[in-house]
Amino acid sequence: MDNIAIELRGIDKSFGPVHANKNINLKVRKGTIHGIIGENGAGKSTLMSILYGFYQADSGEIIVDGRPITIRDPNAAISAGIGMVHQHFMLVENFTVLENVMLGAEDSQILNKGIAKARQELKRLEKEYALEVNPDALIEELPVGLQQRVEILKALYRKADILILDEPTGVLTPAEADHLFRILGQLKAQGKTIILITHKLREIMAITDEVSVMRRGEMVATRTTGETSVEELAELMVGRRVLLRVQKGEGTPGDVKLSVQGLTVKDSRGVTMVDDVTFDVRAGEIVGIAGVAGNGQSELLEAIAGIRKATTGTVLLNGESVDVTGHRDPAALRARGLAHVPEDRHHVGLVLKFEESENAILGYHNDPRYLNGVFLNIDAIRKDAEEKIAKYDIRPPNARLKTANFSGGNQQKIVLAREMERGPDVLIIGQPTRGVDVGAIEFIHKRIIEMRDQGKAVLLVSVELDEIRALSDRILVMFAGRVVGERSPDATEGELGLLMAGVEGRKEAAE
Amino acid sequence: MSTPYAKLPGWVEYGLVPLINLAVAFIVAGLVVLLVGENPFEAAYHLINGAFGRGEYIGFTLYYATTFIFTGLAVAVAFHCGLFNIGGEGQAYVGGIGVALACLWLDQTMPWYVVFPIAIVGSAFFGALWAFLPGWLQAKRGSHIVITTIMFNFIASSLMVYLLTRVLKPLGSMAPQTRTFAEGGQLPKLDWLLSIFGLNIGTAPFNISFLLALVAAFAVWVLIWRTKLGYEMRTMGHSPSAARYAGIRESRITVIAMMISGGLAGMMALNPIMGEQFRMQLDFVQGAGFVGIAVALMGRSHPGGIIPAAILFGVLYQGGAEIAFEMPSISRDMIVIIQGLVILFAGALENMFRPAITRVFAMRGQRAAAVVQTKGA
Repeated sequence: MDNIAIELRGIDKSFGPVHANKNINLKVRKGTIHGIIGENGAGKSTLMSILYGFYQADSGEIIVDGRPITIRDPNAAISAGIGMVHQHFMLVENFTVLENVMLGAEDSQILNKGIAKARQELKRLEKEYALEVNPDALIEELPVGLQQRVEILKALYRKADILILDEPTGVLTPAEADHLFRILGQLKAQGKTIILITHKLREIMAITDEVSVMRRGEMVATRTTGETSVEELAELMVGRRVLLRVQKGEGTPGDVKLSVQGLTVKDSRGVTMVDDVTFDVRAGEIVGIAGVAGNGQSELLEAIAGIRKATTGTVLLNGESVDVTGHRDPAALRARGLAHVPEDRHHVGLVLKFEESENAILGYHNDPRYLNGVFLNIDAIRKDAEEKIAKYDIRPPNARLKTANFSGGNQQKIVLAREMERGPDVLIIGQPTRGVDVGAIEFIHKRIIEMRDQGKAVLLVSVELDEIRALSDRILVMFAGRVVGERSPDATEGELGLLMAGVEGRKEAAE
Repeated sequence: MSTPYAKLPGWVEYGLVPLINLAVAFIVAGLVVLLVGENPFEAAYHLINGAFGRGEYIGFTLYYATTFIFTGLAVAVAFHCGLFNIGGEGQAYVGGIGVALACLWLDQTMPWYVVFPIAIVGSAFFGALWAFLPGWLQAKRGSHIVITTIMFNFIASSLMVYLLTRVLKPLGSMAPQTRTFAEGGQLPKLDWLLSIFGLNIGTAPFNISFLLALVAAFAVWVLIWRTKLGYEMRTMGHSPSAARYAGIRESRITVIAMMISGGLAGMMALNPIMGEQFRMQLDFVQGAGFVGIAVALMGRSHPGGIIPAAILFGVLYQGGAEIAFEMPSISRDMIVIIQGLVILFAGALENMFRPAITRVFAMRGQRAAAVVQTKGA
């Protein structure tokens, strides 16, 4: 077993009092795909950042190809043959593929020679690994899947033998993800070693050879993928048994609560983001909107919630019309029974620098319950926050703690508690579990279904197809700003995937 | 976790870190003094002695501090709303019109305690007016507040030259200033306050507007942390997108925040006009509006930090004047350098020593935790 590409021995890292990595030991065998899973904040990203030289470990050893090395910065990582594909791409948008690939590895001040060399090398890599991209295409004109391919090419161009991929499928359609997995298989066949960081258990099962589980900064287990199960891995991640798919009874749809008719939204550049969208949401049903990120779902949600101006169209809330093209007033919509859990809780749903209790009234701060005339009624606000903390099991249970110090799942619960406890007629939710740990996902899904069973109309937008399928009573698929099809939740993933990629939809829309 | 900066204990955060920054600023300033061939310890002696050595000096120090509390609060209020109000200088200058008008109107017939409240309202009104336009332009037209407030400083300057040479100047006088106010336009000194500590105020113009500044500081605290308006301002300051989501009316809050900020800056005019000169002179603000930026920065935009920061700058002004007087080769410009260094280290480079301090305290924390663990086992 001296076939080890990379070994970590006793890696330890603290940020102040936060012990992010505790005595981590890991062996990754050469020519395998090794998965690392764990909840948010389990320390995966920290560990990989140490491996790539963004942080220094407080103690411990990194051994590459049998030699102990120190990785002081990303350059050292690259020369040790470690390449990284980041979750958020590090590409220059207005450069070509070729320019991006050679950026930082130009070899000399005069570019001509470097360009010729890079072009040749790129061609070789393309052939060897079936990674076709047009080297002269501008990054901003490439779809996300291809941009990711450029990231991989960048790493290979720098002679990486060990490739780290951080949550690579978050922005991909199912078809693009499948393509990525084929590429990874190809790389593995060529003898490259791949470390795949993800929180999606399905991906782990599909392509890894071995999988290591992290929990609260510790490496709790390493398994051979073939000998483990999704259930076991989930339990290892969370530390207790979890329900992966929530139990949900049959819905009993009632009156139409939210009606969207011919809604069109253009952004500031005049590009059509939402194109003539029409649908209804009834009391007691969950309507899910599936689609790859960036196909107009965000703009649709914002237009309904009153944050963004629509160009044309009508929205009826409880049968009464809402002014969507003129003056937008989210506060008035709230008063009329619309609650909104925004997609981006960090910048929209919460003020991270506020105390928890201050965020628990955001948007509802005009409620006389929280006020004494023009003054805030601090006691009432804190008491209210504490009740919600107890009911939603928000941890740590401290209404005075700064919101930034809560984990992603608990931050999301703060938003959910605020929006759900008002008993709204219509609840619109964007990405309810993005960046939320497995344990909290279960809780959040249950709450959403409870809302439905209480007769609320729920509109759900998520890029997680599994989530849409698990929760929705009806699924609408958006592609390029349009609703390209409606399916029942029993539709196969393949069918929905084709719609999301805009393949099926074009035919359907033409009919 | 993504934040490498752990939380420090309160006394380190608000006590030790600023003190270290201040100490470094003074060390570098000492090197500059050494460079011009003077003894830095002597300079330090004159600075401290000049600011605190006698009751009179303390009176001057606190007189300057009063001015800086007002302008510091003005900058802080706007800052909580995410607005960088560089126009405190002009707002204070124009605020003087309100003070001068109140005094010219009533000083001969009314006692100071009748004139003072009217002058307060007048100064705040004119200051707010001068901040209203940039605020409105920002809210409605998107004109950047930093640019417009700077421009309004120049407009204020020209306007005041016009008023003081043509309109408010008594006939026959050659000086660009109003007439000297009668007793009703003169604020009482706080000599009784200093005499509690056995100090004699001498000629220092330390006056009752200092107490007004303390009240204003408390009022700002209440406004920012205890009112709905303050909540909305802070939401906007931290996250405009969250404010939009919450249905907060941005343009309204922007204009109101700027007017409160301008009003506070305008109230600064009470101190020199009614407290010292007893008339309105050309350029009476003397850069206090800009010092307010440094004071707010150093005081972390919190009234509890602004008051000590304002006193520190009062020390630099008063003690600095004493250095220039006692050590002729150190000119007034040198004092500006020292003030600049304080701003540089306490404001701009505020985080320079923080990582190291954080590390020290993290290590201490770990050791303490280890001790607890071994005891537990």
